[in-house]
Amino acid sequence: MTDAFIYDAVRTPRGRGKKDGSLHEVTALELGTQVLENLRDRSELDTANIDDVIFGCVSPVGEQGTDIARMSVLNADYEETVAGVQVNRFCASGLEAVNMASAKVMSGEADMAIGGGVESMSRVPMGSDGGPMASDPEFAMKTYFVPQGISADLIATKHGFSRNDVDAYAVESQSRADAAWKAGRFSRTIVPVTDRNGIEVLAHDEHMRPGTTVESLESLRPAFADMGKQYGFDAVAMQRYPEVAAMEHVHHAGNSSGIVDGAAGVLVGNEAIGQKLGLKPRARIRAMASIGSEPCIMLTGPEKVTAKVLQRAGMTKDDIDIWELNEAFASVVLRYMQALDLDHSQINVNGGAIAMGHPLGATGAMILGTVLDELERTGKSTALATLCVGAGMGTATVIERV
Amino acid sequence: MDNWKLDTIDGVAVLSWDMPGRSMNVLNEGSMSEFAEAIETLVADDAVEGIVITSGKTDFAAGADLTMLGGSSANAEGALPKDRAKALFEQSHQLNQLLRRLETCGKPVAAAIPGTALGGGLEVALACHYRVLADNPKAQVGLPESKVGLMPGAGGTQRLPRMLGAMQSLPLMLQGKSLRKDAALAMGVVNEVAPASEIVAKATAWIKSKPEAVQPWDKKGYRIPGGGPYSKSGAPIFMMGTAMLRKESYGNYPAQEAILQAVYEGLQVPMEAALRIESRLFTSLLLDPTSRNMIRSLFLSMQELGKGARRPQGVAPTNCQKLGILGAGMMGAGIAYVSAKAGIECVLLDRDQASADKGKQYSADLLDKLILKKRSTTAKRAQLLDLIHTTSDYADLAGCDLVIEAVFEDRGIKADVTKKTEAVINEDAIFASNTSTLPITGLAEASIRPEKFVGIHFFSPVDRMGLVEIIVGEKTGDEALAAAVDYVGKIRKTPIVVNDSRGFYTSRCFGTYVQEGLEMLAQGVSPALIENAGRQTGMPRAPLEMNDDVALDLSYKVGMQTKKDLGDAWIETPVTGIIEKMVVELERFGRKNGKGFYDYPEGAPKHLWKDLTDLVKEQTGNEQLAEQPDVEHLKQRLLYRQAIEASRCFEEKVVTDVRDADVGAILGWGFAPWSGGPLSLIDTVGVARFVEDCDALAATYGPRFEPGGLLREMAANGESYYGRFNPSQVAAA
Repeated sequence: MTDAFIYDAVRTPRGRGKKDGSLHEVTALELGTQVLENLRDRSELDTANIDDVIFGCVSPVGEQGTDIARMSVLNADYEETVAGVQVNRFCASGLEAVNMASAKVMSGEADMAIGGGVESMSRVPMGSDGGPMASDPEFAMKTYFVPQGISADLIATKHGFSRNDVDAYAVESQSRADAAWKAGRFSRTIVPVTDRNGIEVLAHDEHMRPGTTVESLESLRPAFADMGKQYGFDAVAMQRYPEVAAMEHVHHAGNSSGIVDGAAGVLVGNEAIGQKLGLKPRARIRAMASIGSEPCIMLTGPEKVTAKVLQRAGMTKDDIDIWELNEAFASVVLRYMQALDLDHSQINVNGGAIAMGHPLGATGAMILGTVLDELERTGKSTALATLCVGAGMGTATVIERV
Repeated sequence: MDNWKLDTIDGVAVLSWDMPGRSMNVLNEGSMSEFAEAIETLVADDAVEGIVITSGKTDFAAGADLTMLGGSSANAEGALPKDRAKALFEQSHQLNQLLRRLETCGKPVAAAIPGTALGGGLEVALACHYRVLADNPKAQVGLPESKVGLMPGAGGTQRLPRMLGAMQSLPLMLQGKSLRKDAALAMGVVNEVAPASEIVAKATAWIKSKPEAVQPWDKKGYRIPGGGPYSKSGAPIFMMGTAMLRKESYGNYPAQEAILQAVYEGLQVPMEAALRIESRLFTSLLLDPTSRNMIRSLFLSMQELGKGARRPQGVAPTNCQKLGILGAGMMGAGIAYVSAKAGIECVLLDRDQASADKGKQYSADLLDKLILKKRSTTAKRAQLLDLIHTTSDYADLAGCDLVIEAVFEDRGIKADVTKKTEAVINEDAIFASNTSTLPITGLAEASIRPEKFVGIHFFSPVDRMGLVEIIVGEKTGDEALAAAVDYVGKIRKTPIVVNDSRGFYTSRCFGTYVQEGLEMLAQGVSPALIENAGRQTGMPRAPLEMNDDVALDLSYKVGMQTKKDLGDAWIETPVTGIIEKMVVELERFGRKNGKGFYDYPEGAPKHLWKDLTDLVKEQTGNEQLAEQPDVEHLKQRLLYRQAIEASRCFEEKVVTDVRDADVGAILGWGFAPWSGGPLSLIDTVGVARFVEDCDALAATYGPRFEPGGLLREMAANGESYYGRFNPSQVAAA
């Protein structure tokens, strides 16, 4: 099979996903457009060489509807021959988009494709697309649906992570992100968002709270306690996991991923197209995988998809130099570290979504770019990026520098 | 027409529902087909301006004839599952089509509701364009189908939410609560409340006002109150509603799930499609054994038992006018309350006047609370309290038709009060013991008239528990039994009749549930898992929690007494050590002293005692199992252990009627109501399969799971309890 290589990766800064966030005035279409413009301009691409653009988007309604990928292609003035498709694998959409772009290259369907994602959570709030997951009673009953925060608290309860454990993890995420920004570790990938006159709108991740301490998080009330107790979700979780004596609610805004706006894209192609266009491949896609896991606890897919992707890559845990798992909730990463016996020094070395935010459809492509930058900075070779996914899934990608 | 009367006055047809030979109208094939014909005739008649639908009885209609429903699914048995489903769907959908025809017939239709309109009765009214309810304080309006495992199947799940919104209508259907006139008007279930004599006139006046004969949901621009399932305000209702439903039901009640689903799916489509959705879900319930079992036990059997199905034939009816109660403790006081409430004069006797007065105070306190909640009045309070005479003098028992002793569970004390009572009461008066543990035959030895001696076992709290277990001792005569059944009927409780045995029926079986939980604990099953498994079976409380509520020291004492009584037959189990240590050494008595299997911190929810697993290890040597059993396996153990005990009681003729066994289990010790009772559970699992499962459990856990000879015989013959011991056939034989 043809190898797929990463030629470039860009992401926008992440704006606070609220009405006072810097990117709130920018349309989702514009975010997607600027990602594509930057990928084109940085490599001086003749876009006629690109076969397809795949964008993850989790709430593809309103201004994110009507296939935001194709809309972005047209708006960025790509050749009209460039197709576009929007995909939704919830939180892993961005990584799934890169995997699908890679698969198109590997299979020979495409020579070059872009995988990425866009999500303006301030403009199209989470849940805007409805869907049966939470609302179809028969289905929700059968699958023991609980909101993700309850799932995260269930992981903490079941695997023994205390409030202090999750807060300490969050504090470390903040300090790593702050240090990484100060050291300019994201500079290769970040592309500032600008207005129609070329004036900069946002150049840095604005959700971060450097200087966060365990003490400063202490006053935050668990965010999902009321929902769990008053609306029956604790009971649902305990009916699915009857070994649990009582639910412990430990997550809050300070140790969960931030709600932000942003977009990202990864340029993938075969070796020949790179040579033709004079582009230097940065990394090879070693393996990709997605998996389903138990939907009530929902967020334990990463450990399962990791085993699967390593097996597909013919690798073991020890073959991976750097690990990146989306910080959806602190307990998700803590459980992953526990299950795989990883030290915190090996994973999410430049912080993650707790500090910088999680623009749902785009995050997967963002963390792949982040971990590639880190491989290059440290001279290391292999990395595994993965995300937990709603309704119980996991998606992962292993890359190797070339 | 047999079931309807028609009057046409000044262009308005008044169609009055009045089924012959019944005190209450019901929806059955006869009444509905006549209704359909009448509607078509009136619609075709140009002289008819509009239609008023009313009732010739005090009430409007109670709903569908559940015996018919039971019959319809039973009749179709044997057909191919797909054909059976199709036949049931078509049958169920007929009524929906009829009522849809009514509301789209083009002429205004109003319902004049004189009294109660429940279930199908209300659904007929909801299909009318206008509803006038009589100013009748007894009138109940509601959709109670889910209480017996069914759902509204004549458009109720579609029309009520379209009128009130999902938020307001779902609780009414999921909990089956009925409304009184004021609430019905305030919520908008009816349009108008008027004196009973004026309801037809009001309905006629509405028709004369030339209203638009179109339902709101058929008008252009109609919006669902509160929004549909995918609106911003509607979505959370279904998300939270599902979680709340699972919390309450543990997924054991398909009817509630079907109701929620019908509203969710139905609100997204126009009425015609919505009604088909409802009929499809209704059909799925008719095909579900859970619904059949619930209808049978919670409605049909309960009603039959309440009407004296188990009363010996050939004994003249008795009517208890004066009741003696010995012992004014918790039970005696409760018995006095429920009896006085039924208009029975009570003599409440205790060893001194103060104790007896304290027992009467119980009724006074209870009534005060009810008055506060506006559920009673000071006049009723006075009337009821007047009926309770307190005394310490046995002579006051003279003239009692029935005397119930509720003194300490001590044979000596019981013998003493029996003698003192019999010395003063008439020869034909009945003496009953409210013992929950001591065999009646033994207690009757103290009696000079053992044929007039019977067991009447109440459950605590007496005013809230609907069951009474009547125990027939070896010498108990038919007259005593009949008097006991009549008395229980008079106080509006459900009697079951059982034969004498240790623990009788209910206490004997109930104990197995708690005991099985303790066995699991001793084996190293995690306490949280035991408790959650217990709750998931549909039992009202978890096993260890139940132990704490009953009190461990009490269980310990009963255990010691049983050990003494049984002698060599007593089997020592690892459980004994755990309980002994907790009671004797650690003084962990349960909820009553704030420590048992749980700790009860002040101002915080109780939680499992953290040292419990250490104690288990110390007493049994068993660590917590490294691989904990599947919750389904634990649920099976907890339910089957009770069911196998019930099957033994049946084989040993402690219970002799399947209705007693099932209704007694549900009302007496809270046996999973969704199952319809232990014998229904066995039938539904299939006797052969049940025997096989129990053999496997016996191989692992011991002979307490061993099926009896009768079960094995039934398994071999492919029989079921309700097939072989069907009460109607047994009675006929």
